[in-house]
Parts: sequence; C-alpha cells; structure tokens
Amino acid sequence: MEASKLPGFLLRRMVKAAIVVLAIVVCNFLLVHAAPGDPASVIAGQSGVADAVFLEQLRRQFGLDQPLYVQLWIYLKSVLSLDLGFSHRQQAPVAQLVLERLPATLLLTGAAFAFALAAGVTLGALAAQRVGRWADSVITVVALTFYATPLFWVGLMLVLVFSVWLEWLPSFGMSSVGVEMQGLEVVWDVAQHLLLPALTLGLFYLAVYARLTRATMLEVADQDFVKTARAKGVPEGRILRAHVLRNALLPVITFAGIQAGQLLGGSILVETVFAWPGIGRLAFEALLARDYPVLLGVFFCTSVMVVLFNLLTDLLYAVIDPRVEVAG
Amino acid sequence: MTVSRRGLLAASAAAPVLMRVQDALAQGIAPRRGGTLTSILSPEPPVLQIGVNNQGPTLVAAGKIFQGLLTFSPTLEPIPVLAKSWTISPDGKEYVFKLQEGVKFHDGHPMTADDVIFSIMKFHMEVAPRARAIFALIEKAEAPDPLTVRLTLKQPFQPFLLMFDNSACAIVPKHLFDGQDYRTAPAVQRPVGTGPFRFAEWQRGNFIRLERFADYWKPGQPYLDAIIYRIVPDSQSRRLALETGQVLLTQGSDIEPFDVPALRSRPNLEVSTKGWEYFSPLAWIELNHRVKPLDDVRVRQAISMALDRNFITQRLWFGVGKPATNPIASTTRFHDASVKIAAHDVKAAAALLDAAGLKPNAQGVRFTLKHLTLPYGEVWSRLAEYLKQSLRQVGIALELESTDAGSWARRVGAWEYDTTINFVYQFGDPTLGVERTYVSSNIQKVTFTNTGGYSNPKVDELFATARNSADAKDRQAAFSAVQKILCEEVPQIWLMEMAFPTIHDKKVRNVVTTGLGVHASFDDVFLTA
Repeated sequence: MEASKLPGFLLRRMVKAAIVVLAIVVCNFLLVHAAPGDPASVIAGQSGVADAVFLEQLRRQFGLDQPLYVQLWIYLKSVLSLDLGFSHRQQAPVAQLVLERLPATLLLTGAAFAFALAAGVTLGALAAQRVGRWADSVITVVALTFYATPLFWVGLMLVLVFSVWLEWLPSFGMSSVGVEMQGLEVVWDVAQHLLLPALTLGLFYLAVYARLTRATMLEVADQDFVKTARAKGVPEGRILRAHVLRNALLPVITFAGIQAGQLLGGSILVETVFAWPGIGRLAFEALLARDYPVLLGVFFCTSVMVVLFNLLTDLLYAVIDPRVEVAG
Repeated sequence: MTVSRRGLLAASAAAPVLMRVQDALAQGIAPRRGGTLTSILSPEPPVLQIGVNNQGPTLVAAGKIFQGLLTFSPTLEPIPVLAKSWTISPDGKEYVFKLQEGVKFHDGHPMTADDVIFSIMKFHMEVAPRARAIFALIEKAEAPDPLTVRLTLKQPFQPFLLMFDNSACAIVPKHLFDGQDYRTAPAVQRPVGTGPFRFAEWQRGNFIRLERFADYWKPGQPYLDAIIYRIVPDSQSRRLALETGQVLLTQGSDIEPFDVPALRSRPNLEVSTKGWEYFSPLAWIELNHRVKPLDDVRVRQAISMALDRNFITQRLWFGVGKPATNPIASTTRFHDASVKIAAHDVKAAAALLDAAGLKPNAQGVRFTLKHLTLPYGEVWSRLAEYLKQSLRQVGIALELESTDAGSWARRVGAWEYDTTINFVYQFGDPTLGVERTYVSSNIQKVTFTNTGGYSNPKVDELFATARNSADAKDRQAAFSAVQKILCEEVPQIWLMEMAFPTIHDKKVRNVVTTGLGVHASFDDVFLTA
C-alpha cells in the first residue's frame, strides 16, 4: 500500500459512506412506517381500555398527526445534527436508550466474535493439516452440528446443563442484582453471566470459520507456490503458517468483516434467551411496540457499523495481501 | 393454646388457604423484617407512572410505588388503603372519604386531600380513558379539611367505589405534576408515590429495583428491604429462572399455561390462580358482525355450540381459568348463575347451520372465515389451532392469520377482521367492564369498544337502566335480563373466565391476599427465614 494514496481513498470512501447511510436512513424511515399499526394503537391494545380522545392525544404527542413527508423531514434534520430523536413511549432520548444498551451488546458479540474467530481458524487449520484423519472428521462433524442447530436451542440446552443440573452458572441476565460487589468481583460476576450466551452465539460462527478456513487452506495447499516452497526445503510448520494460512485468510477476513458489521444486530435471539440487556432486544421490542424513533436509532447505529467495518475490511486486505491495493 | 385449637390449625394449614398476616401470626410465623424479593416483569413497561401507562406489568411494579384510596377483597368488598373510612349519602350522590393520617410521598411531602382531588379531577381525567368516562360524572370535588375529600356526583352511580383502586386512580403528587404536561413531566421518569416501596433504579432491559420506603405510613411496614423485577423476555428462560430459584415470584403471563403442571409438582413452589377477581378477564372469539354470515344469530349459536370449553380450559390452559358460562364472569358483581349459554353439541350446531341455509360443498365446507390469531404467546396459537379443528367438524373452515401486537391492535381497532380472540377486563362491575362491548353507542374504531358492531336496542336500554339505577336490586334485574338476551344472541363467543398463575416460592408469604393479587402494594409480604 502506498501511503500517499491513503488519505484520498479514505476521504472518497467517507463521502460515499455518508451518502449510503443517509439513503439507508430514508429507506428505514419509510419501511418502518409501512408496517401496519402505530405506537398509539399498540399502547391502546395493551392498556385494556381506550377511547378516541386517548388515541388522538397519543398520536399528537408522538407527532404522528403530521403528514409522513413532514415527519421524514423533521427526522432527517435531527439525524443530520446527530440527534437521534426522542422516544415518547419510553419518555427518554433515543441516544440515551441506545447508549445504555450498546456496551452489553458489544461485550457479548465482541466476546463471541473473538472466540469464534480464534477457535474457528485454529480448528479449521488443524482439520486441514490432518485432512482425512480422525481429528479432521471430528472437527468437521462438530462444526456441521453447530452450524445446523438453531441458536436458541443450543442456548436452552447449555442453560439446562450448566445452570439447572450442574448449577455452575446463572441462567440469565448480565450481572447479579441486589448484591454489593466491588472491582474484580464485578468482573468475575459479569464473566460468569457472559460465558453461556457468548458460547451460544460463538459456536455458530465458530463452525463457519472452521469450515471456511479448512476449505480454503486445502485449496491453497494444492497451489504451485506451496509445492515450490516445499521443494526448496521450507519447514512444514512455516509453510502452513506463512504460505498456506496467510493466503487462506482472505475469505475468512471477508466473512469476519461481514460478521463484525452485524455485531450490533445479530444477537437478538441470544439476547432474548439469556435476557441479556442488549441492543438487539431493544430493537426487537421497539419493533413490536412500533417505537419508531428507537427502531430507527438502532438501525442508524447498525448501518454505520456495517459501513465502517466494510471500510476496515478493505484496509485489512491490503495489509494481509500486498497485491491488493486500495482504490476508491 | 389448647389441644383442640392446635388440631384446628393443623387442618387449616393443610388446606390450600391464603396466608394472611393474621393466619401467619396465629401459626406462630411472625412477619420477618428484611430480605429482597426477586420477581419478573414481562414485557418490560415503558414507564412506571400509573395513568400515563396502564399495561399489566406497569400496574404490577408501579402498584408498589403508588396507592389508591381503596382496594378490593376477592369478593370485591372495599378495603381501606389511603382512605381510612368513607360514607355514601342515602341518595347515592355524595361520597366522603376520610384520609389516613401521616401519609407521605417518597420525596417527603405530606399527602393531603389536595393531592387526591388533583389526581381524580385533573391527572387521571386527562391521561386515563378508563377514569375519564366515570369521573366526568363528578359535579363537585371539595376538601373541607386536609384529610377529607367530598365528591358530589351529577347522578347516583353505584359502581363508583370500584374506581378508587390503585389501578384505576393512583394518588399522584400534585406538586410534581400541576401546571406541566402530565405525560412528559420529569416525575414520569422517576415516579413518586405514597406506596411502601420507592423507585430506586431501572436498568432498561435488565431490571427494576424498588427499595423500602422508611417513612411509610403503616408503622413497621413494609417487611421487605427491596423488590427486584428482572426483565426476562423468553418464557422458557422465565420458567428456568423460577425453577433455579433465581427469582421467587412470577405472575401474569410470565409462565405459559402448559408449563404450570410441572411447576405445580415442585414441592417448594406454590401456584395460585386467585387474585384476578377485580379484573376478571373474559376471553372470547371476537366476531365482526359486518362479515356475513356472522350477522345471522343461528350461525353464532352454532359456532358457540361447536366448541368444547372444558377442553380449552383443561387441555390448553391446564386448569388455569374456567369455562365461561355467560357474558359476565362469575367473579364479577351481578353475574347470574342461572343464565347459561347453550351446551357443547356438535350435531345441534350442524343443524343450526343447515337451518341457516348454509349447505356444505363437496369438501364439507359451508363457508370460510379468517381468524386473526392473538399474538400474545404460544397458548393463543394453540387455541387458534383448536378452533380451526372444531369448527371444521361443523363445516366452517377457519383460515388462520398470524400477526404481531401492533397489527392486531390496529386491525381490530379498524374493524379489519372476520374473527379474532380478545380478552377484556371486567373491572368488578358490568357497567364498568362489560357494557362497553355490547351497547350500540360504543361502536367505535378503537380497540376494546364494541368493535364487533353488535346492536340491539333492548340491550342498550337494559345496560342504561343498570347504569343509572341507584338500587342494586334494580340493577340485578336489568343485568339478569341482559344476560338472558346476550346468551341467546351470542354477539361474541365467550370461551373462558381467565386467571393467571401466580407462582412463588413457599418462603414468600402473603403474595395473594386481595382481589387484585400481585397488583397489591406488598406492604405485608415477607420472606420466612
């Protein structure tokens, strides 16, 4: 990568990203409002009692009495000034609601992501190295099993084993509530709560990484430059690390880039099963309640994440494979 | 204590009686101070200000923060709360409440008659549709002294007292709301009431923590140090949380009915279906009378007779609830046990459809109806499947449509359905909770009105008579007559008098003591050691 090209590349990509995000915001806004029902009718439906005055009051308070294009214009203006709006349902600013939940999700998905990537690539490399032998078969079967098993089922089974039978780990939540704790105790408490959901979420992606790594490594291992390396006497371990694995990592990085973009939204199921107070659930509950500003706020954050990680992935390509050049 | 008395107590302990404080004392279990009660809320409430939000979980948690003037026993007798005593004038138009002394809000302000009048005449009148309809009858609200409230009605209204429970008229602090927009006032985010527990902390999506209010007006109470409501969105996870002892109490729809039998068999848990007498939700198939042939009374009778309500309550709800017998739940006032809908009879149902001229086609189908499945949990989907099977037996094809809560509420409110399921609170008196579904003046494009569009001048007249009579005997006569007509015309297909399981660890005492069950303030709840 030539350093001189980088600032221009970044600038061009940022401008494009901003346009993409803005387009996404408009699409999201229209899509969300196309869903039948509105927050007022949801609240009326949940309250067990309603009258016409009640619905009208709520709609006026939520700004739903304005024409859609006016609502869109107001929303765009506030997003452009980096204000994500106000949730009238929860009587709180959207940015606050999202920020409260962001750390929990990042912790969960970050842990799952790191675990899946590290363990997946290791297992995939091991399997490729021992292709056709029993270790390969075990890894392949295990990976396939986790790939094919629904997340929530894995989660519930882990809870049954580790919380109900063995009583080692808590079955839900992010921390113990109502207990005084300090420093390391808090870390240990959260770690205990984190283990099962992170494992559940990680196992699925682990399977993907393991299979991907194994397949591409086998493909690369057959290529001429590997044979050349072997012929000139490079040690087998070094061939595997420097020649095969490094070249095999490109598709893995592509996939990791995609997954990293989904870190915010991809964990709704696990957050639900483990009552993890994350952003995925916030979005899902906002959808059910038709809490438009919150839903749009979460969408906005996720789309920014996706765009950012795409950019990061492109930069990483160039680091791993010098043949790839950045170009806007 | 004599031997015979001991024997008597042993017998009563063996029976599944409610443990009241007095009973507990009689058995030598003195209420113990201290401890934290852990429970579950699901779904998570948007705010905890009663009035601004009145969803089930809001009323449960905020019921510990706020109090009403009264609450009600399982047989709907009024019990004093913030009102120490009350009198009603002989003409039924003047209500005088004497308030408890020494009641303080959580911010230290004393509660006076001013707060009560503000809550009734301003706050709930503005925000709560249920209160608005009734409190409009109040002509004059006065405070002759700081601890007395006198309300004068334009006309007698016999169910009036039922409107003073916490869930209908929580007493809110005037000084934190007056002159502001009640829905957006800061106090909505940090609710301040007179209840035994004050709002302490809310980590959204995680938990709500309420802590003991030291200046509570009942000396020595509450017994608990804190109540923590965890937010657990998945029903199986909720069950596991209860089974592993991570929470001690679940309520409402926390636990799916099909999980109840397994939990009943656990020795450390107690399952109660009491404590819903005030709300008495009645579940029915909501029919849209504008859709043919549902306008034909014979078709409605046939649908009603094609269903086995015992199957529904025993096999789908596992005994939580009982079969409906008429439009007024048996726990609601003025229920007439002698008036019953026609019994389950598939042959008679088919004969009625024949008589209506609806002949089966080659596949045995007389006509097709759409059914909007109620999106409130797995059990309602199972009910829809059952309805589809049973109605097919008499030649009615039911096409199930699934939906989410937002679409369901909008479509019912817009009359865009053939059939769906609804369950509606009765609020203790038919005038408060039953009338609204059947009178033609309440045909509105709003959920929980007469969305079905049923109209019968005689029914309108009887409900009006019952509403306007000051005498319980006259009201009973009108309600009995209206129950007869409705049972013949079956404007809605009543299925079940619902109850919800309250499940708790046996070391939690006094959970269900009133007709409002877990909605009570919990100032007498304690944990045994």
